[in-house]
Amino acid sequence: MTEERVGVYVCHCGHNIAGTVDVESVSRWTADLPNVVVSRDYKFMCSSLGQELVEKDIKELGLTRVVVAACSPHMHEPTFRKACARAGLNPYLFEMANIREHASWVHPYDKDAATDKAKAEVAGAVRRVQELKPLEPFIAQIAEPTLVVGGGIAGINVALEIANAGHPVYLVEREPSIGGHMAQFDKTFPTLDCSACILTPKMFEVGNHPNVTMLTYSEVEEVKGYVGNFDVRIRKRARKVNTDLCTGCGECWSRCPAKVVDTVYEAGLGYRTAIYRPFPQAVPKYPVIDTESCIYFQKGTCKACQKFCPTGAIDFEQEDEILTIHVGNIVLATGFELFDARRIPQYGYGRLANVFSSLEFERMTNASGPTNGKVVLRDGVTEPKSVAIIHCVGSRDKNYNPHCSAICCMAALKFAHLVKEKTDAEVYDFYIDMRTISKDYEEFYDRLLNEGTHFIRGRVAEVTDAARLPGEEGKLIVQVEDTLIGKQRRIPVDMVILMSGLEPQRDAKEIAHLFGIGCSEAGFFIERHPKLDPIATMTDGIFIAGACQGAKDIPTSVAQGAAAAARVLALISQGEIEIEPIRAQIDEERCSGCRICNNLCPYSAIEYIEEKGVSRVNPALCKGCGTCVAACPSQVIEGQHFTFGSLMAQIEGVLWDRRPDGGTTVYTQAEPVAAE
Amino acid sequence: MSEEKLHYAYYPGCSMSTSAHAYGSSIKHVNQALGLEFEEIEDWNCCGASEYISVNALPAYSLIARNLSLAAQTNTHELVAPCSMCYLNLHKVEGYMRKYPDLNEKVNQALAAGGLHYKPGTMHVRHLLDVIVEDVGYDAVAQRVTKPLYGLRVAPYYGCLITRPESEYNPEYPTHLDELMRRLGATVIDFPLKTHCCGGHMTQISEETAYELMRRILHNADEYKADLIVTLCPMCQLNLDAFQPQVNQMFGTNFHMPVLFFTQLMGLAFGFSQNQLGIGSEIVSASAALRRISEQPAEPEQRAPKKRDKNALPMPPAL
Repeated sequence: MTEERVGVYVCHCGHNIAGTVDVESVSRWTADLPNVVVSRDYKFMCSSLGQELVEKDIKELGLTRVVVAACSPHMHEPTFRKACARAGLNPYLFEMANIREHASWVHPYDKDAATDKAKAEVAGAVRRVQELKPLEPFIAQIAEPTLVVGGGIAGINVALEIANAGHPVYLVEREPSIGGHMAQFDKTFPTLDCSACILTPKMFEVGNHPNVTMLTYSEVEEVKGYVGNFDVRIRKRARKVNTDLCTGCGECWSRCPAKVVDTVYEAGLGYRTAIYRPFPQAVPKYPVIDTESCIYFQKGTCKACQKFCPTGAIDFEQEDEILTIHVGNIVLATGFELFDARRIPQYGYGRLANVFSSLEFERMTNASGPTNGKVVLRDGVTEPKSVAIIHCVGSRDKNYNPHCSAICCMAALKFAHLVKEKTDAEVYDFYIDMRTISKDYEEFYDRLLNEGTHFIRGRVAEVTDAARLPGEEGKLIVQVEDTLIGKQRRIPVDMVILMSGLEPQRDAKEIAHLFGIGCSEAGFFIERHPKLDPIATMTDGIFIAGACQGAKDIPTSVAQGAAAAARVLALISQGEIEIEPIRAQIDEERCSGCRICNNLCPYSAIEYIEEKGVSRVNPALCKGCGTCVAACPSQVIEGQHFTFGSLMAQIEGVLWDRRPDGGTTVYTQAEPVAAE
Repeated sequence: MSEEKLHYAYYPGCSMSTSAHAYGSSIKHVNQALGLEFEEIEDWNCCGASEYISVNALPAYSLIARNLSLAAQTNTHELVAPCSMCYLNLHKVEGYMRKYPDLNEKVNQALAAGGLHYKPGTMHVRHLLDVIVEDVGYDAVAQRVTKPLYGLRVAPYYGCLITRPESEYNPEYPTHLDELMRRLGATVIDFPLKTHCCGGHMTQISEETAYELMRRILHNADEYKADLIVTLCPMCQLNLDAFQPQVNQMFGTNFHMPVLFFTQLMGLAFGFSQNQLGIGSEIVSASAALRRISEQPAEPEQRAPKKRDKNALPMPPAL
């Protein structure tokens, strides 16, 4: 073993580590380990002073290896690697021992045990760092185009920001039109702007932008590659309409005899035809044929649309198109799905006719909706004389979703206002809290307080049509404990609106898997850091924006969209990115060409070189997972930065007190090193 | 279910031979038809219902555990109770003894005085409805229906105990009795008060409270045009049936709502006679209601209108 010069720095991290681990004692103990030239403890290693300590020692003491015992490498490995690099030491000759998350935070009540564990971890790091070899990062070029998945308000904004900066964007949307949920809304809080009026100009702009290739009625099927170099396969589903010929005149859908309930755009409250345009302001304006309800596709007859189309644009034989694009970055803006209130039978949604979900009510008050904006009961005719609005349906609930859906309190106030504006009905709002946190939201609540809505604080137990007292016959009775007066109340109303919560899309987990990013148990995409980096993911080059990251309102989604776009633009302008050189390498001299590793690689990064009869790892695709390293029967694959030697050395270091000599505190150099 | 017979230890409970004797006889016939073998526990004692537990918990639990220990002496691990209160008591004590070692020790100490012992986890306590729905299965039941109850509008009433405190069925909106009745051919109404309390023993303590609770159930079943209420607990049946005249008297109502046990309806559908099933012994006679059973299946509840009502908004589809 060559004589390395190791510097060890034990961080207090304020009280985070020092409160439990005796950092001074760890530092003193480490100083006695072989080849440790200097061992210090310091309050905040990640601060500029802390980093300067490291840099100064590298230069003045000629350190050849550096160990920092502090927080998780996820947090500060890049910080200290850069510090080493600035002082002229190869950044991969640095090792971090996590004595915060792995010692201090998990053993807060046993300080001695935590300190012993920290010592073991540092000993392991000291042994391992001496086995590391200098490595050079791999430089990847960043391809200019960007893929945005999801054409709602967040995705539209990402696309516009990037396109306006002069770079090409592919915008993929699974529905026939972009616009997302915002296109369904009537008014938006707190300004009560008409939702379509503020959305459609953006939809038009993005649909006609020279830098945007909009792929609607399309879905991503496969993603390969890495940051700066993604190959994405997209299925452009067949509309059965030739968009080169179609003028969007509407003759076809006005003639279509097949009518079905529109469960997507009208939220189940209205009808559409089999060939349809989702809504009048749809972008693109072309219709699409729903083959499941089309008479021609089901029975072979009709073809009315084709007969009446003035330009001959109907093409029943049209096939799906597959395209593969090469992009540098991907932004996921796939949005949310509404909680299905049928899961709460106590509220009667789906059984009692006049119980509506929030999206159903949005469609109802929308002037271009199924009732032309009139607030009526399920019979489509009768105006309600009393309306109940129930908060937190499927949110803040252990049985369904523990999270708060962020927008329902404001939307409930909006609905209360709209009902008051359009009818003479009494409005009862049943809330637990009133969450009006953003700009102008509290003022909106204040305005509502003066409009005559009855606010009752209590979680509704039941909505029932079982009348018990006089005056309840024929009504829906809301049973609730009014917690402010401490009494049970039964309030008969004509109509109930359920503020259903926001959930991730039902296939969010599959989407996360497709793109290789993390997804919480609930289905929201996981951000790199919840406070400081909500739009990046743990996968370089893939970003998230909008409700797919967590329930949020429109201004926040727009802001996140712009943030994701800014991050992408930064990468595009840098043009290239350093990729960590932690990957597998096959010793071709010793490879026997058995090819066991080829099929095991989850990233298909290993190719077989016929002429030489050996396998070779493609460093661009390899992510350094180590599967092939473990599987190779001849052990000829080396995991760079994670060689067998370094791992065995680390294990030996950690087990310092299990030496055959009976646990002497000083590690002696005479011990044999494990064979490679 | 195949030809093999399903074997259970049987805890009938005190009411089975008295106020709920119709339940008891109908169970015998239903078991015969379904191939269920119930072995009555030797020398079982009263489960203490709701009173004893409120008075003195430990002796109450020991009393209940005595039944568990006697059941453990049969050659099966399944213990079935047809009465909701008995089921809940047995199930609860089984669970408590498993969860709380202190209680387990004390109860076994009490049992030892009688030369008995119970190891928690030995018996799996079931309600009769659960046994029929889970172990026998809806299909097997439907197969044995020879006289479907077409045209009979049934309000399934579960009572408050069977799904509380916890159950694999939704505690406020269970549907297994509904489905069972549907398989017998009956028209099942979506009864909102299906898990509301019938008043229980409040008839002895505060009549007004109990009768009001009963009135609500009867009123709602009536409003929904049920022909009869079907239940699975002797207490519920007793209250809603025997005290119906008192309810009418107190509130000036005119309910004539028969209340039968679900096994009586099952027996009828299997072809047994009313006599065999104890039908006719109820206070509010079920004969008029049962005469509504027709040969033909009932018309579907909501017939889809020939012409779609242009104004009506569509309902969300069934879950």
